[in-house]
Amino acid sequence: MADEPMVVERPLLSKFNVIAGLIILVGLWLTFKRFTGGLGAVSNLDHSNPWGIWIGFDLLCGVALAAGGYTTAAAVEIFNMKKFHAAVRPAILTGFLGYSMVVFALLYDVGRPWRLPYPFAVNQGVTSVMFEVGACVALYLTVLFLEFSPVALEWLGAKKIRAVVVRLTILLTILGVVLSTLHQSSLGAMYLLVPSKLHPLWYSPYLPVFFFVSSIAAGLSMVIFEGSLSHRFFKDKMDDEHRKSANDIVLGFGKGCSMVLAAYFAIKVFGLALGNNWNLLGTGYGLWFMVEMLGFVLLPCLLYAIGVREKNVTLIKWTALWTVLGIVINRLNIVLICFNWQLPADQRYFPHWMEIGISVFVITVGIVVFRFIVTRMPIFFEHPDYKEAH
Amino acid sequence: MSTSRRKFLKWLTAAGAASALPSVAEGHGHFTGYSDSYGVLHDTTLCVGCRSCEKACNEVNDLPAPDRPFDDPTVLSDVRRTDEKAYTVVNRYDVNGPSGSPVFRKLQCNHCKEPACASACFVGAFTKTPEGAVVYDASVCVGCRYCLMACPFDIPAYEYNKALEPRVMKCTMCHPRVAEGKLPGCVEACPMEALTFGKRDDLITIARERIRKYPDRYIDHVYGETEVGGTNWLYITGAPFETLGFRTDLGVTPAPELTSGALAMVPVVIGVWPALLGGIYIMSQRKEKIANQEKAAAVKDAINTTQAKADAALKAATEKAKNEKDKAVEKAVKKALDDAAKQTGGGEA
Amino acid sequence: MSESIHTLQEFMLQTKGIIYLLAIGYLAGFVWFWRFLHGRDKKEDQIG
Repeated sequence: MADEPMVVERPLLSKFNVIAGLIILVGLWLTFKRFTGGLGAVSNLDHSNPWGIWIGFDLLCGVALAAGGYTTAAAVEIFNMKKFHAAVRPAILTGFLGYSMVVFALLYDVGRPWRLPYPFAVNQGVTSVMFEVGACVALYLTVLFLEFSPVALEWLGAKKIRAVVVRLTILLTILGVVLSTLHQSSLGAMYLLVPSKLHPLWYSPYLPVFFFVSSIAAGLSMVIFEGSLSHRFFKDKMDDEHRKSANDIVLGFGKGCSMVLAAYFAIKVFGLALGNNWNLLGTGYGLWFMVEMLGFVLLPCLLYAIGVREKNVTLIKWTALWTVLGIVINRLNIVLICFNWQLPADQRYFPHWMEIGISVFVITVGIVVFRFIVTRMPIFFEHPDYKEAH
Repeated sequence: MSTSRRKFLKWLTAAGAASALPSVAEGHGHFTGYSDSYGVLHDTTLCVGCRSCEKACNEVNDLPAPDRPFDDPTVLSDVRRTDEKAYTVVNRYDVNGPSGSPVFRKLQCNHCKEPACASACFVGAFTKTPEGAVVYDASVCVGCRYCLMACPFDIPAYEYNKALEPRVMKCTMCHPRVAEGKLPGCVEACPMEALTFGKRDDLITIARERIRKYPDRYIDHVYGETEVGGTNWLYITGAPFETLGFRTDLGVTPAPELTSGALAMVPVVIGVWPALLGGIYIMSQRKEKIANQEKAAAVKDAINTTQAKADAALKAATEKAKNEKDKAVEKAVKKALDDAAKQTGGGEA
Repeated sequence: MSESIHTLQEFMLQTKGIIYLLAIGYLAGFVWFWRFLHGRDKKEDQIG
């Protein structure tokens, strides 16, 4: 039968396994260095630049790009857009792994990671935006775990527990959207405290709104981008429903993302007017701001729209990658590039190769786990025992 | 005002006072800080850059020995910031040209009235004490370094090279010494009386008095009186503040106010989102149900129409068949009659 | 009357703490209320 998924051989000593294995070995050595020599042994962080790429890339970009989980779940479960159903499980899995990677990277960044429960268990610093971020991320990771658990339970054949969890779907989805709204926006709100350090073109009282709205664009784009990667590498694992709805998902999410980017562009311009920062557009930073706004917000917004009108799936997929890149640039601008912009060049931060090494290590571990799960559990296909059951 | 309304207001006030929660001293959410808190006034016009304060600070806080000794004058050729080995540093600014007399400025925690570090800390490791000092509790610190990010003066430092128990390091305004009735280490060591310890309110008066008495010697501004909501360390100088490394663009907004709006939205989202999303869920389910019903009705309708058409066709066919049958019978009868008539006629003929 | 509050920081520490507790209570209460509200719906109409 033509529809029967063909089984692709995945030998133990494949190119992927060898490269991933080497990265993990280096990562383990860097881990040893980090936890025996302190942060200074592996990073260029200093007193004036306390946050580097672990926060700027792993945490801020990681959380934004893992937003596909709540956006897709909301579209399907709350707004009842059934034709996107096949996108839910991959998005939830990516969200769950994305947030796990964020927390994993955080274990390297904070000075005493074993104390991470302290803000909740020992002394509650409720005036901090970070308290709220921490609480929401911890709770949302639990929600994602529960949302993902039916997959593992189907794989394990635990029908009764699965039935209980599936009944909670709508509750978990709503809770997930509440928590995501809160922490996606609060990651931006953390920077409200630094008007004297963040460049005025990026500092705005709207920061929480910017972060929330752009996280939706990031999430939708990641679903498209990741879907196209999965189609390339895991096509043999996909069932008919998944393959058939793929184009619907790309077109639907592309249309949604185009609208979100249009709104995002508008509020960014309103923010510019709110701060009366027009005169700064003529400076070097202003040029860079315009590159971000025109090249990575307005351009993908238009490309998505054209792609949707022309039903050009390839264009939408490339635009998704471009949008993801734009979100990464935005987050890096806020944490690193436009932060401490007033300090002389020799006091600015540039990541040490070992910091990048640990970031690569964290991402590699995430990809290995993703690969392990999708080649075994019912992510891209429906489990035969639970067809039409959800 | 009616009696009942007055009674209601009285009841409200009584209920407020009886509450076990600490009440607000100032009205309308405006806070003026601890009125009897201590501070230090740094008069840069008196400072000679001897670094006695740095040495005393190092000693009273048991800090590690500096890389270069305190009597090494070459240290002053670099502009330094506080770090994990020095809670305070003195920098030299050649504002009057290379030949003119330099100005020295001491740098340490300014002990904000509304500390950004305390506002930022998610484990509440920083406390603004009624005595004026902002103190740090390493026993709860997670090491996220948001305090380093938040400080508008770039003061807190981190022990990046400690693997197990890294701490945030910053000036405590010698809180333990002050509690014992002693002066902060740096103030006690200053040979020039460039540092004055006292009640913050008194220090502002002293500073203003000096500026009034010697208008040619001082810039007419007490740095720290209003900056970021006010600090317990205050500065007066003879050179423009920005030439001495002071940030003059910090504004007067206290740090907690910067995030209070965003934090206030948190309960709004928690309150409204579940109802809004639940409502959308119900509506989308209902829409689907109605769509399904309409679909079912349409199918039923279509079936009925088809049935009726089929019935009609059947009826027509039956009738046609019947007609044809009748016609055939009639024809057959007629033929039989004709044949009979012929036969009879033929016989007669 | 107990001690008074002098700083915005302290004020926020107290009020935000109370609000977080109220918010957790509200979320728990909302689930109960949802079930109460939809409890009598006909079986085929039942939601959640």
